[in-house]
Amino acid sequence: MIKLTLNGKALTLDVAPEMPLLYAIRDIAELTGTKFGCGLGLCGACTIHMNGIATRSCVTPLSSAQGADITTIEGLSSDDTLHPVQAAWVAHKVPQCGYCQSGQIMSAAALLATNAAPSDSDIETAMQGNICRCGTYPRIKLAIKEAAENIQKVKS
Amino acid sequence: MSQIKNLSRREFIALTGRTGGALMLGSALGVAPLAAAKSIAAKTDGLGSTLGAFVTIKNDGQVEIICHRTEMGQGILTSVPQIIAEELEADWGQVIAVLGNADPKYGDQNTGGSASIRRFYVHIRQMGAVARDMLEQAAADQWAVDKSQVAAHNHAVVHKVSGDSLSFAELADAASKLPVPAAESVTLKDSANFTLIGRDDIALQGVEDIVTGKTIYAQDIQLPGMLIASIERPPVVGGKVKSFDASEAKKVSGVVDVIQLKDRSFPVDAKPMSGVAVLATNTWAALEGRKKLKIEWDHGANVTHDSAAYKKTLVEKVAVKSKAARVEGDVYAHKFDASNTIEATYTVPYHHHMSMETPAATVVIEGDRCRVWSGTQAPQWGKEMVLEELGWDVEADYDKVEFNTTFMGGAFGRKSKNDFTIEAVELARASGKPVKVVWSREDDVKHGFYHSIAANYLKAELTPDNRSDNWIQRVVAPPIAWIFDDNISHLQDGDLSLGFADIPFNIKNLSCETPEVTTHVRTGWLRAVGNINNAFALGSFVDELAVKAGISTQQMWLNLLGEDRSFDPRKEGYQGYSHYGQIKDDKAIDEYVLEISRFKGVLNEVVEKSGADQKLPAGQAWGISVAASFNSYAAAATKVEVVDGKVTLLEIHTAIDCGLIITPDRVYSQMEGAMIMGISMALESEITMKDGAIVQNNFYDYPVSRMSQVPDLFVHIVASNEAPGGVGEPGLPPILPSITNAIFHASGTRIRDLPVKNTMKV
Repeated sequence: MIKLTLNGKALTLDVAPEMPLLYAIRDIAELTGTKFGCGLGLCGACTIHMNGIATRSCVTPLSSAQGADITTIEGLSSDDTLHPVQAAWVAHKVPQCGYCQSGQIMSAAALLATNAAPSDSDIETAMQGNICRCGTYPRIKLAIKEAAENIQKVKS
Repeated sequence: MSQIKNLSRREFIALTGRTGGALMLGSALGVAPLAAAKSIAAKTDGLGSTLGAFVTIKNDGQVEIICHRTEMGQGILTSVPQIIAEELEADWGQVIAVLGNADPKYGDQNTGGSASIRRFYVHIRQMGAVARDMLEQAAADQWAVDKSQVAAHNHAVVHKVSGDSLSFAELADAASKLPVPAAESVTLKDSANFTLIGRDDIALQGVEDIVTGKTIYAQDIQLPGMLIASIERPPVVGGKVKSFDASEAKKVSGVVDVIQLKDRSFPVDAKPMSGVAVLATNTWAALEGRKKLKIEWDHGANVTHDSAAYKKTLVEKVAVKSKAARVEGDVYAHKFDASNTIEATYTVPYHHHMSMETPAATVVIEGDRCRVWSGTQAPQWGKEMVLEELGWDVEADYDKVEFNTTFMGGAFGRKSKNDFTIEAVELARASGKPVKVVWSREDDVKHGFYHSIAANYLKAELTPDNRSDNWIQRVVAPPIAWIFDDNISHLQDGDLSLGFADIPFNIKNLSCETPEVTTHVRTGWLRAVGNINNAFALGSFVDELAVKAGISTQQMWLNLLGEDRSFDPRKEGYQGYSHYGQIKDDKAIDEYVLEISRFKGVLNEVVEKSGADQKLPAGQAWGISVAASFNSYAAAATKVEVVDGKVTLLEIHTAIDCGLIITPDRVYSQMEGAMIMGISMALESEITMKDGAIVQNNFYDYPVSRMSQVPDLFVHIVASNEAPGGVGEPGLPPILPSITNAIFHASGTRIRDLPVKNTMKV
């Protein structure tokens, strides 16, 4: 029996402990904002926060999420407000197809939680594991910088 | 449970009978058929007043506008409603875009060939004007005046004399009861009065749903009691299951059933392959069960296919004279002067679309009704395939299938094929349960419809004034048309019209040829299609000619393009010219002949804006190229640095002339995306085959660009009021040769075989 917290709510799962977190989130908890992209942790579409750390849910067995605090794209902001990263994504019209963007946003939000003013190189390192086949990288970079500035403005 | 609400056909006024539903398969165009729509729009409650097929006015005055073309990231969800809102005189802030179901009342929904605007712009405008006309008539009726005395403006209808105004919400009910005027009868706006078309500051549709994870893609469909299916398919095209043992698979917790898919005959068409499906209550169980299947395959005749050996064959084929597609003068009567002649052969490997979302479809069959949710570019074609699969009559039973098109997590041409949709139909029927078929990444990589491996040969003699009067070119690739008719052994005019036999140079003696070839693989449309290899070959060859002549590549292009003129290949030796569907449809042909001035316009723009004619330090260099495709013109300039055989991209610029632009921001985004796709296509990705099977598996061996590999990108739009051209594809073709030309000028290494990584470090 796996117990964890998903977007602030307790969740108990009676499934194989080796099942990757991704499928529990999508098929059992029915939160489909977190995406399948490769199944090997190569593309980042499945990125969630586990105890605040950007984590590839497709290669994270449930057994290692025992007791963990999990946040998905659906839990990043409340219903009527956007997280600064999401707001910057809208402002820069980042998405094309949008499929990878949940993972991109979760990676970016995790980066900004620990690095208030990331350099280009910091951004590239943090986002290297998130593939966008449509090619939205230049806008992602701009949006992360704007989100960083907006977070600082709110704090100061 | 995710919210899934569907627009039923009943909720709209049935404007027309079923027209235009038939698809032109294997058409001239290599790019023609594709895509359709339907919705999972979570936003509509189906209530409101309908005004024609596309517009519904809600009680609160918000306007729902159908986007009948499918959305795969190109931004059509914004552009179609934007055009309709323009003609409707709607307030963009009160417009909600809704993906339309597969329904012939919308017109052609099969989305591909960068066609949504360039081929249907007038039709879409008419759909907005129809709704506006109905609102104006309702207002005129209410005021008891002639319709000429009223005009829609800013979400209301105004009485021109009194200045009285009635809001759309106030008029909607009465308007919806009026007869729907014929599309051809309504007056379109004067483009001088456009307030939405061409605006860059309007909000895009659907972005907030994406960034909050609410957008429903095909992978996201959830139905009560649904089983998830994962399928082991034959590794070789035409292969079949000889025998299988499912006993271990069935022991996996969560696995409900194991079902063998039926064998399918050639031609492969867009049919599923055969295989064995594991159906389970969750994805993980289905995947685990599948690992435990024991299957013995009958691989069939294509097991001999080896892409390395095949490439050698293609190169040999283009070295000799073959079937002519276009001939001017008599180049074979000319004796080439070796000192002024270059010949070269260029190859591009098989490629895969590698959309971030792998294929998925969900089907539930209840008695004589079938409901489908599929992430497909081709909903109308798909719906006909579903009816045929069920053995239902495509005409009489048409309404028994509800075909919903979801948002697609990328497509790039792959999802024009509904093989995965039909798998879900077959399994839903066999299991008696709702079934969602999900493809793993390995399934996607190994069972695609690949961009054809190709070899292009060019031979030209320079004139003393650095043009050419004698030119031979040949192209060979497994033709896409083979999937629809396996007797086809040559590229078709639809392929040859993609930047090959429509070569726009004024050459006295020209021969454009294509040899016979055998096909072993499912090939298909991939963003820009044959333009990829044709533009790589021509763009490289012009650069080689420039080097030989000792002039700039820009000047060589200008010399070869010659005087400004309208170039219609049909009048210059190429009767088979298909021109991206415009000629076949006999629409607007003259608006879309190739204009040499527009070629030069983007070429000169990209050089000027990038500074590609400026000197750079040793080890760095610019490369340029230009290509016209899908009725648009694009040029690229790439700056690279090569140190110790290692290539680093420094900058890429694209100049685009795509005629009238609806949504400028989406033109920028498509050009950005095309540059980034061009980077990985040029440098590092390729699909290879051994023993008939795809060698690659996942992102580790079919790499696509990551953020750190992308240099600074610049897009320069050449303003134009010409008829709208394509946007999704035309940005890609010039990127590849711009990169390899830059590599040559920086390092002296000429790349004639892609990807670059097979020759240099990238």
